[in-house]
Amino acid sequence: MMPRAKLKAQKVEAAEALLGALTLPTGGAWITKARTAAAARVASMGLPSKRDEYWRYTDPRRLTAPAAEAAKLHAADDEAPLFDGFDRLKLVFVDGVFDAQASDTLALSGVEICTLADAARTDLHWARDLFGALEARGQAPVERSLASLNTAHATQGLLIRVTATPPKPIALVYRRSEAAADAMVHHVIRVESGAEATLLENGPMAARFNQVTEIEIAASATLHPIRAQGRDHDRAGITHLFAKLGARAQQKSFNLSANGALIRNEAVIWLDGAEGSAHIAGATVGDGAFHHDDTVFVTHGAPRCESRQVFKKVLRRGAVGVFQGKILVDQIAQLTDGYQISQSLLLDEDAQFLAKPELEIYADDVKCSHGSTSGEIDQNQLFYLRARGVPEDRAKMLLVLAFLAEALEEIADPAYADDLRARLESWFKRRS
Amino acid sequence: MLEIKNLHCELEDDSEVKILKGLSLTINPGEVHAIMGPNGSGKSTLSYVLSGRDGYAVTDGSATLEGADLLAMEPEERAAAGLFLAFQYPVEIPGVGNMTFLRTAVNAQRKARGEEELSAGDFLKIIRAKAKELQIDADMLKRPVNVGFSGGEKKRNEILQMAMLEPKMCILDETDSGLDVDAMKLVSDGVNALRDAGRSFLVITHYQRLLNPIKPDVVHIMSEGRIIKTGGPELALEVEENGYADLLAEAAA
Repeated sequence: MMPRAKLKAQKVEAAEALLGALTLPTGGAWITKARTAAAARVASMGLPSKRDEYWRYTDPRRLTAPAAEAAKLHAADDEAPLFDGFDRLKLVFVDGVFDAQASDTLALSGVEICTLADAARTDLHWARDLFGALEARGQAPVERSLASLNTAHATQGLLIRVTATPPKPIALVYRRSEAAADAMVHHVIRVESGAEATLLENGPMAARFNQVTEIEIAASATLHPIRAQGRDHDRAGITHLFAKLGARAQQKSFNLSANGALIRNEAVIWLDGAEGSAHIAGATVGDGAFHHDDTVFVTHGAPRCESRQVFKKVLRRGAVGVFQGKILVDQIAQLTDGYQISQSLLLDEDAQFLAKPELEIYADDVKCSHGSTSGEIDQNQLFYLRARGVPEDRAKMLLVLAFLAEALEEIADPAYADDLRARLESWFKRRS
Repeated sequence: MLEIKNLHCELEDDSEVKILKGLSLTINPGEVHAIMGPNGSGKSTLSYVLSGRDGYAVTDGSATLEGADLLAMEPEERAAAGLFLAFQYPVEIPGVGNMTFLRTAVNAQRKARGEEELSAGDFLKIIRAKAKELQIDADMLKRPVNVGFSGGEKKRNEILQMAMLEPKMCILDETDSGLDVDAMKLVSDGVNALRDAGRSFLVITHYQRLLNPIKPDVVHIMSEGRIIKTGGPELALEVEENGYADLLAEAAA
């Protein structure tokens, strides 16, 4: 075991080397202040290392390396892009850079949107209270320095303020163009009291990506973020979701990951007001060289809140799935209802699932449960289906989709769940 | 319809455990045969070997359905060829809706036979009518397969599947177990409604009670992996009256 001080010194040294090669982007006073503070956080925390407890199951080297590794561009010409059938405000990024020409006009009733690049040029912006602020708060008790790196250096992203309920979802589409693009995208979303919106995200983003999304959901407001991360195999990336929910605020987030050499999705959720509700769900399908990590941290900081974490992973041929999930219940958060389940379906003996569920509870009147399982296809169920005439491949697919169903059911609007289910079905069909 | 000749089988993982030891049986089209026998005689194993469940190794003999070699087929091919097993313990499948399951099964079999698949609308019409006869409500059709079903509901669901799949050869493995009187009536009415000249049944049971409403043409007594006696419906009554002891002693003599 390496002594802690030495590990820290190495991490800081790595951070200094990386920061030294980058120049802080220029901008207005508010954003320069946020970026400077974030750069200082990176310098003091250092970069993540495989020796960190929080990175025990996922090696961050590809994420912290000076340059992105190339990832073959995957042209998915066998199916229409996800969510294409929905009426939506479509906003396109190519290799992590906003593409105004490919996007709809930044106008939607009930919503104010501007690009981070435009906002950075202003002296004052509503997002200044949030940009980097939720990320900074998320650095304790566990450090997430790649998120601070993003705050310091991201020049791309959208600042979205939802003031009333818009008539259609806001859809971010991430396309790729260059084989070795390195993307850093930072979004800030604020949903004002009583408003309700759906945020759709889909696409592979870039060969390597580092995404931060800071979300504030005010009292009695609702935001449902639904994301699918594309099908490109070789890419590596990390996303961070920092969400703060006010009283009676609601969030149901869902993520679908198929393929990807290295993906880590971190979600840091604070239930700050009474009776808030946060659901975080994910379905993952991995085949071969695939490493997927869901790292979730939910803090119950107010009474009578509800949280649910539902993560399902289907893995085969050496694919690795990781789940680190924590529910922290503050002393004030009486009558908390916390639930967490992470399950894997291993389709062969080469696949691997690593789970670390944690509960930390300081209130005395709470209901919290967690579970984690790893299993294979049930032979009785398989035989039952086959005995009714369902061919083996199709029977297996039905059982796999049934396994993933609990996560998909967390999606608020079943129409999106249906679209995602169809993608999963195609994914398995291509492999049978 | 179904012809079983000198069938021998053992456990795949333990060849010391021989279960079927030379079983022969012929069922003609339209006939209903019953197999009765004490626990451990191999009745359920026979149903599993015929339907293709893993875990058993056939070491000798043959089983054909309308002349086709059943034992060479995958379970789904046997189903498409017209074989149906009503399970003693129907399996729960969380996450798969009953309706989706049945539609997938019906259309997979039609496809395997080169027939056109049923449209969603036609399927719905047919299943609603058949479900009504078995007193299966819309809610049971929507729920995941067998999840949260009572014992009787599970067995009725098996009969519904049989009615939808319209097999030629139906094997009922202790379908009467766990049924109350009312459920027994629904199940036997469902079976009787399916009886016709082109369809045969093999009813595996411990008791005579299912053989009152479903009147068999032939009754076989099975013991130690073989048929030891074959007769008419009166044989079932004899078992009910005297138990198996006399028959077993007679066979041993």
